[in-house]
Amino acid sequence: MKENDLSQAIQSHIKSALNNKTPLAIEGGNSKSFLGRKINIANKLDLSGHQGVVAYEPTELAITVRSGSKLKDVEELLLKNNQQFAFEPPAFGENATIGGMVAAGLSGPRRPYAGSVRDAVLGVKIINGKGEILEYGGRVMKNVAGYDVSRLMVGAMGTLGVLLEVSFKLQPKPQYSLTLSHTVSAETALKKMLGWRRKNTPVDATTWFDGNLYFRLSSSEQVVANAQKILGGEVINHADNFWSEIKNQQHHFFTQEKNIWRLSLPATLASTDKTAKELIEWDGQQRWLADDIPASEIRQYAEDLSGHATLFRAERSQNEPFHPLPGMLLKLHQQLKAALDPESIFNPGRMYKEL
Amino acid sequence: MLPDHTPAALSSEQKQSLINGLATLLPDNILLYKDEDLHPYECDGLSVYRQTPLAVALPETIEQIKAILRYCSDNNLPVVARGAGTGLSGGAYPLADGVLLGLSKFNRILKIDPDARTATVEPGVRNLAISEAVAQHNLFYAPDPSSQIACSIGGNVAENSGGVHCLKYGLTVHNILQLKILTMDGELLTVGSEALDSPGYDLLALMTGSEGLLGIITEITVKLLPKPERVQVLLAAFDNVETAGEAVANIIANGIIPAGLEMMDNPSIRASEDFVHAGYPVDAAAILLCELDGGNEEVSELVMQVRELLLSNGAVEVRTAESDEERARFWAGRKSAFPAVGRISPDYYCMDGTIPRKALGKILAEISRLSEQYQLQVANVFHAGDGNLHPLILYDANNPGELEKAEKFGGEILTRCVEVGGTITGEHGVGIEKLDQMCVQFTAEELEQLHAIKSAFDPQGLLNPGKAVPTLHRCAEFGAMHVHKGELPFPELPRF
Ligand SMILES: Cc1cc2nc3c(=O)[nH]c(=O)nc-3n(C[C@H](O)[C@H](O)[C@H](O)COP(=O)(O)OP(=O)(O)OC[C@H]3O[C@@H](n4cnc5c(N)ncnc54)[C@H](O)[C@@H]3O)c2cc1C
Repeated sequence: MKENDLSQAIQSHIKSALNNKTPLAIEGGNSKSFLGRKINIANKLDLSGHQGVVAYEPTELAITVRSGSKLKDVEELLLKNNQQFAFEPPAFGENATIGGMVAAGLSGPRRPYAGSVRDAVLGVKIINGKGEILEYGGRVMKNVAGYDVSRLMVGAMGTLGVLLEVSFKLQPKPQYSLTLSHTVSAETALKKMLGWRRKNTPVDATTWFDGNLYFRLSSSEQVVANAQKILGGEVINHADNFWSEIKNQQHHFFTQEKNIWRLSLPATLASTDKTAKELIEWDGQQRWLADDIPASEIRQYAEDLSGHATLFRAERSQNEPFHPLPGMLLKLHQQLKAALDPESIFNPGRMYKEL
Repeated sequence: MLPDHTPAALSSEQKQSLINGLATLLPDNILLYKDEDLHPYECDGLSVYRQTPLAVALPETIEQIKAILRYCSDNNLPVVARGAGTGLSGGAYPLADGVLLGLSKFNRILKIDPDARTATVEPGVRNLAISEAVAQHNLFYAPDPSSQIACSIGGNVAENSGGVHCLKYGLTVHNILQLKILTMDGELLTVGSEALDSPGYDLLALMTGSEGLLGIITEITVKLLPKPERVQVLLAAFDNVETAGEAVANIIANGIIPAGLEMMDNPSIRASEDFVHAGYPVDAAAILLCELDGGNEEVSELVMQVRELLLSNGAVEVRTAESDEERARFWAGRKSAFPAVGRISPDYYCMDGTIPRKALGKILAEISRLSEQYQLQVANVFHAGDGNLHPLILYDANNPGELEKAEKFGGEILTRCVEVGGTITGEHGVGIEKLDQMCVQFTAEELEQLHAIKSAFDPQGLLNPGKAVPTLHRCAEFGAMHVHKGELPFPELPRF
């Protein structure tokens, strides 16, 4: 990985944008440009050159990296030390950066069992909308000094500040993993997954589509072998590729010429009842629908199940990507945006039109 | 230590009229304002600091809280939330010109959903009561502060509390899904959701650890976990504190994340042993308690591995609890360490710094050097696996100047923690106690940004004012400020 600290240049760029009152479009590797609202901003703030590892001590299970570092490079480095990001981030492209991973806040298959991106974030160095370099959190596991600005940055789509560095908690790579499958209906799959959640099983990934439930067991070889005896199923080979295709959405389910909706729901037996067009993950807590039915219907449906819906990949729709916020909550979001980015120069409109 | 808040100078007529105004909004028995009734609310767990509030309100319904908040907004009265009052940093320290809003009557468990593995509870529910209520479903709520029989879940959220099992299961922030909050102007908002994520900014994280400065938490949905099939505890004795510290770092470095990994030094071991007779080796310089949990075979494998690691890292003795009773006994000593130390010293002052694990040995050596310098004894008890230290500084408040000496000593420990890359508070919060150390950890711009975030929630600055984030003025007075890139901080402020 290149070592390249561009903090000063990035800060100058932001300050001149502030002087000229021109909004900035923040870019990492552009791998997630499909996500969120389309904004037409000419002044790009490219962070992809701001690379390198600021601190990595494998024995501390923590790493601090510059935001432009490629996710791929960081994951390679971690792997050399037999460590990983517990949340198995999707990359959606070779050039995905750490900054983009945090700003989008997306987690992969292991998320329900080992936590999300935000759960792993320990600290950040950011530039706020006044052009000031600020640090919150740190590299230690516990830290309650000041409000949790670090985690606030996760999933904010760059609208609250420019990430310069992020510190993460890491996880040892599991000694051994095995992926199995059962041919079952969505309903039976949900029942099985909910049952496993109630016990100590080494399940750390699940997905269902096209009449098959796939699940991964991770632990020591002995523990996995014993769980396999109890849970049964057919062994899936090349499982790493399998899970990578799911999380990076290279699987054919995601490449249909339809709107791809993401439903985030509580663990429930409720079927999304669109069986043929549904891909279930996270024990039913993340469901993907490839569907052209109206946004309002899908959103209402998710709300009825106490969840929310994101238009993740819009094929031909002009709909808002993110689930609308109730009025008072939106107002609080606007006040918070104004507190961190008073001139509204960071990615205005990328997340919600009002932010 | 006092909050950064100058109480409004209210005449006794003004006070009476404010109390009358509040009283008309509420049924009888909700508002306390007579001196003898206010007495129990004068302090939280940081009991050296006491203050009588204008009034204490103990509402029973959300509508009553709303009415109180609106009245206080209209009359510019500060509001300090209080859960069980076990906080150790003065977060629930009352303000002379303010209302103390006690949430103890909100003590109902509203819903348990075993399939979703969640429980929805009111803020006054005690931490342990949640695990007790869901035990019938073979589930538990993981964060377990040592104060768990008393502290409230609302207080836990407000402090982002941790506990012995947070090494493996995470802090409060990792174990909650949704909050209902009332803003200072009485608006009820839902942040987070019953699903794993929710649209918009991560206000759930922002609210967690906000020490009652951003909103009043009125409902909490927590995540539950299946009870581990098996739990084992190892007790390892060391004849050197630093060796014990290195053993901790090496267990984690070997890819093992125990459910809990706690350390006690000799003074703590002796105090606990005298108090609860846990069977601790009283001559050891330090002991480690390592809890391993999970499936049956998994735990068997881990016990073997950790045992070997401890021995190869210098443990002079390693015991494995042979029964549930013995396991409970091993823990009893650790869990009662604070009260045990309370028996051997008239007073103690509990610190809460966190450091990278590898600096354990270094910081412990530094603490014993400072202990010599200040001529005050220290007993160390801590969440070693997380690098979260709780040095207990022993002092006697009856000796003039000793409290101030203990505070200065404590402040120096925290400064050292920051210097080795750590933080001034791992789980107890800033409250009024660590306002000065906040000036060491943060720059003026960083503090200003935190104030701006508060204003986004509470523009009038009425929720727990003067706590958690110091004013720049205070930092300038304190003097020991963060020198950022060689610039003198707060240049615009007068020096005293
Ligand atoms: C013996 C002992 C051991 C302890 N061990 C631990 C430990 O292991 N780990 C740990 O983390 N802490 C520990 N603590 C500290 C303390 O118990 C925790 O901070 C706890 O979370 C406080 O809960 P409480 O209900 O007592 O809150 P309080 O002390 O009443 O309040 C704490 C803060 O939260 C705010 N607050 C309370 N309720 C609300 C609400 N509903 N809405 C908004 N704000 C609110 C208050 O304004 C205050 O700022 C210990 C304390 C003692 C005395």
